[in-house]
Amino acid sequence: MTTIPPLPDTAVVLGARADDWRGAVREAGRALTRSGATRSEYADRMIAVIEEFGAYIVIAPGLALAHARPGSDVRHEGLAVVTLAVPVPFGHPHNDPVRVVVGLAVANAEEHVASVAKLANAFNDAGIVGRIARATTPAEVRALLGMEAAAAPSEVEA
Amino acid sequence: MRIVAVCGVGIGTSAILKVNAERALDRLGLIADVDASDLAGVAIAAADAQVILTSTELSAAVRQAIGRSFAEIVEVENFFDVDEIGAKLEASLG
Repeated sequence: MTTIPPLPDTAVVLGARADDWRGAVREAGRALTRSGATRSEYADRMIAVIEEFGAYIVIAPGLALAHARPGSDVRHEGLAVVTLAVPVPFGHPHNDPVRVVVGLAVANAEEHVASVAKLANAFNDAGIVGRIARATTPAEVRALLGMEAAAAPSEVEA
Repeated sequence: MRIVAVCGVGIGTSAILKVNAERALDRLGLIADVDASDLAGVAIAAADAQVILTSTELSAAVRQAIGRSFAEIVEVENFFDVDEIGAKLEASLG
């Protein structure tokens, strides 16, 4: 698996409002569930990772990569992007507040490294978080992530 | 030379750290194997590693997990900042 997981419109939420980091992560969980990648319990597991290990998932200024281990609640590899209308602190010493939450679900820990490497390529551009935060359409988010073509299969009806 | 990138669950975050560490090593002209590990597996994964890359937030837990080890723990703030990772690796390895 060498491509970024698809990012259908159902997995993108722009300008979401969240009361706190749990609400922001839950929004990403709902997006993953809506797109068919996970069952709803996956959101609880993403939250549990942060409760156990802290806000280390805030891996760059303004960007949280919410994720959990592979599990039976992961139906297939998936990606979600949530932008927050009002940035939310996650409790990270350097990278708060968070404006963009990327939700990631993987079915197999070994296979996902290549796809994450592609994602890393997009995010190595220092301005990308701000541009995603200001995006107004899912297509714009996909274009910023260099994955416009990847969206096609699950959007036949659109 | 071996480097281990560590995060809480061993996917996602540590994979990003791994690919950007490889990128930084490449720029520096250094050769090393970089593996990703979760916190639970770091003691074994880092047994023969020179450097453990992780986030500031996890460094105390990593230190506790590895116990007595010769590996140096390097804390990364921005996992996408290849310059930061490179500078810290260079300081650690150089």
